[in-house]
Amino acid sequence: MSGMSSRFALAVLLLGFASLAVAVDKFEPLPDATQQQRYLGLTHELRCVQCQNETIADSPVEVAADLRREVREAIQAGKTDTEIRDGLVSRYGEFILFKPRWSARNALLWLAPGLMLLVGLVVGFNIVRRRAQLLPVDDSVVEEEERT
Amino acid sequence: MSRVNRFLLPLGGFALLVLLLVVGLKQAPDKGIIVSPLVGKPAPALVLPTLMDPSVTIDAAQRYKGQWYLLNVWGTWCVECRYEHPALLELQKTAGIPILGMDWRDDEATAQQWLKELGNPYDQVVSDKEGRVALAWGVYGAPETYLINPEGVIVTKRVGSMTPAIWEKQFLPLMEQRK
Repeated sequence: MSGMSSRFALAVLLLGFASLAVAVDKFEPLPDATQQQRYLGLTHELRCVQCQNETIADSPVEVAADLRREVREAIQAGKTDTEIRDGLVSRYGEFILFKPRWSARNALLWLAPGLMLLVGLVVGFNIVRRRAQLLPVDDSVVEEEERT
Repeated sequence: MSRVNRFLLPLGGFALLVLLLVVGLKQAPDKGIIVSPLVGKPAPALVLPTLMDPSVTIDAAQRYKGQWYLLNVWGTWCVECRYEHPALLELQKTAGIPILGMDWRDDEATAQQWLKELGNPYDQVVSDKEGRVALAWGVYGAPETYLINPEGVIVTKRVGSMTPAIWEKQFLPLMEQRK
């Protein structure tokens, strides 16, 4: 196959994926660009309550469409992002947020990666230091053996 | 580091990990179910047209003022609701409290036909065509059933089919506490 036609085939293939990607959200973009930006941001960080591992921006189910409408209308009504998140959390619980909030209950969740890294560093440092002590400082014995 | 520590420390760490996982598993027997933050809170407004006659509007807070009632969210597109239906008909006879049906995002004619064929367990049925009231109540899938007390507070919520066993275990004790 020539480079040209295979490149064309690839383009067609990729275009097919593009149509899949835009099919979900059927709303017209908000007229105000900043508002549309906020809308996209919020819908990509809220969890669809029915198909629980998708964002409401990606989910094709009707509840997700209702949630998108809710976010849209709240933005147009002049609510802040925080107010919109709070409103949804009061009905669906913190579960609806993909990004957990900073709270006493969630502290471990947020700190765990840092803590694990720290523990790993300490353990690694200790191992390296101990190994360094095991190395013979004087390797004349080795040299002796090599000569024979 | 002593020889004993070299074995005890990793072993202790492993034991802690096992403990953490066991506790996590025990505490989340059904982690797909979202615990509704609305339980224990005043029920959101529910003012909707009835399924049978859209010109008639029902305000749940007003209609069931001072009494217990169940709110059952269903739809003809919901397969599980069909399995649930006989249990609702049973509850209509035995529960002793009215069931308000909320037909969610549905076609009215199909829903009316459904009730004609399968029987109508509801005191009243309202239609939430746009799903706005369902969102306010934190509904995320049908069927769902809420128990509301005489003060208008949501006492408990069942996600999934109502069954006689669920009614007796989860709902009835909450009503009897008050008597």
